[in-house]
Amino acid sequence: MEKEVLLDVKNLCKYFQVGKGLTLKAVDDVSFKIHLGETLGLVGESGCGKTTCGRTCIGIYNKTSGQVSYDGKDVHSLKGAEKKAFKKEVQMIFQDPYASLDPRMTVADIVAEGIDIHGLAKDKKERTEKIYHYLDLVGLNKEHANRFVHEFSGGQRQRIGIARALAVEPKFIVLDEPISALDVSIQAQIVNLLIKLQNDMKLTYLFVAHDLSMVKHISDRVAVMYLGSMVEVTTSEELYRNPLHPYTQALLSAIPIPDPQVEMERESTRIKLEGDVPSPINPAPGCRFRGRCKYANEKCSQCAPTLKDVGNGHMLACHRYDEL
Amino acid sequence: MDKLLEVKDLKVSYHTYAGEVQSVRGVSFDVNEGEAVAIVGESGCGKSVTSKSIMGLIKTPPGEIKKGSEILYKGRNILDFTQKEWSEYRGNEVSIIFQDALASLNPTMTVGKQIVENLMMHRSMSKKEAFEEAVRLLKLVGIPNAEERVNQYPHEYSGGMRQRAMIAIAYACQPNLLIADEPTTALDVTIQAQIMDLIKDLQKKMNTAVILITHDLGVVANIASRIVVMYSGKIVERGFRDDIFYRPKHPYTCALLKAVPRLDLSNKQKLASIEGTPPDLISPPKGCPFCTRCEYCMDICCEQAPMTTHFEDGHEAACWLHHPLAPKDNLPFKTEECK
Repeated sequence: MEKEVLLDVKNLCKYFQVGKGLTLKAVDDVSFKIHLGETLGLVGESGCGKTTCGRTCIGIYNKTSGQVSYDGKDVHSLKGAEKKAFKKEVQMIFQDPYASLDPRMTVADIVAEGIDIHGLAKDKKERTEKIYHYLDLVGLNKEHANRFVHEFSGGQRQRIGIARALAVEPKFIVLDEPISALDVSIQAQIVNLLIKLQNDMKLTYLFVAHDLSMVKHISDRVAVMYLGSMVEVTTSEELYRNPLHPYTQALLSAIPIPDPQVEMERESTRIKLEGDVPSPINPAPGCRFRGRCKYANEKCSQCAPTLKDVGNGHMLACHRYDEL
Repeated sequence: MDKLLEVKDLKVSYHTYAGEVQSVRGVSFDVNEGEAVAIVGESGCGKSVTSKSIMGLIKTPPGEIKKGSEILYKGRNILDFTQKEWSEYRGNEVSIIFQDALASLNPTMTVGKQIVENLMMHRSMSKKEAFEEAVRLLKLVGIPNAEERVNQYPHEYSGGMRQRAMIAIAYACQPNLLIADEPTTALDVTIQAQIMDLIKDLQKKMNTAVILITHDLGVVANIASRIVVMYSGKIVERGFRDDIFYRPKHPYTCALLKAVPRLDLSNKQKLASIEGTPPDLISPPKGCPFCTRCEYCMDICCEQAPMTTHFEDGHEAACWLHHPLAPKDNLPFKTEECK
């Protein structure tokens, strides 16, 4: 059965002019779909454009070219009431819980900001009820409402950020590295909370992160980005069991597993990636990964591979897949 | 094997406006020659303060190393060192690399000069010799075109290369002990793998002991032979790697192992989260610091600090559950549940 598509991204490009006539191609010809009620994980190393991609998808950045449609409507050409409605349905949770909350506002005002803007509460009483409701939902209590943000720990601040996003009853949430600033024991709390909220409120997530093990845990499908382009998209189980792109393979094998025996066995088969991620400013044509790829050949430096279905919805962008 | 470093009952406090923060509250462990020991814990557990104490980098005030603390390096208490002894010890005997390589390197000096400085000071080389040695070191840590790169500034290096340059500086005088304070936290996974391989490689080649400070249990699994688990300024458990991973004796270690999702296991189940947050170290709890978050907490846990129970092979844990009178059913470490 074909699931309903909530967000459809087609050939999205986002370039930044960085002066001296140079162009930084942060997101280059990226296409993917997010189905209603699912979690799509977007992973990649720093500077690969995953955050820019997430932000461009919901219209925080203007696109350079391509198309993003949310529920059938073009995100970047929305106007007036439609745009306001879109902003109510789509929310974002940020990486840094210290920088993304206004230090001069009380928690109640932070959570209620969206409620006020969208007129979701009839009177003061309902507003207060709603604030308490959402604080309770994320594991905080009434007493926290009148405090300021600096009184909270990192994990609690991230909960406030989540309450703020939920307060406008969104359908789709972009989570931009929501746990990478938190400690291991707190990460698990927040991830469990996010999964619970998704089940209870039928939310759709775009989960942007660099931690592949956490992404695998939370996502239904995972998209891997490298230097502005999408290299592989498939279900999270399949991605781990059967990674096809050389970059995904290297990425997975570089992640240490907290088990000494497993690590010892992996040692011999570990794929070691040489060198660093090249600069996304004026990249050379061809496959972006070819400089670090041991399978690269002539064709890889001539034209960039496009994302193709190689069976069962496993999307891959690699010229050499058939030969390997 | 000989003991290279021995930390005995280390207590460090910081005096702040809010009061005295007791960052490290009686930590004891040792490091043998050529051995890799990992200190694992969450932020604020005192692991970095411990490493800074070993390097003599606690600024006083506001910091204070309490009386009765001892750090023995080859049998000598470094806390009694004179200024001259310190400068012989630092760099020559013990080196440190930090998490943020960009902040630790001098932005106004070329990378080569920063290595040369070290070599001329400690190994009394001439400028020319030191310069050649710097190039050799940069090659050793895997910097491409070392001859050119040696004249570049840190900002011209990528993140991974900066960390390599830090390692080159740390290894310049062939120290006996390298302290790596979260060396890969700021790096991407593929670069992290490269750096960890390098540290492991150098450890073997030069027989350098390593203290690895990290919060990532995955990194630890690969390198450390012994592990020290810290929680709110205290050691809750320590022992050999396999004991900690497969036979943990403290509920915190168990919880920590269960809280990270595993890439190689296909579990969609809920992550075992540790509820609550670590205690405030301005007024640390009088009992076990983990008691408010521990699912096996008993009455005594909040009243009195637990004694240390010793198991075989130097494996020890500070937990009341190992007391002879404690109930023995439903324990986290009795079964294979932790794995």
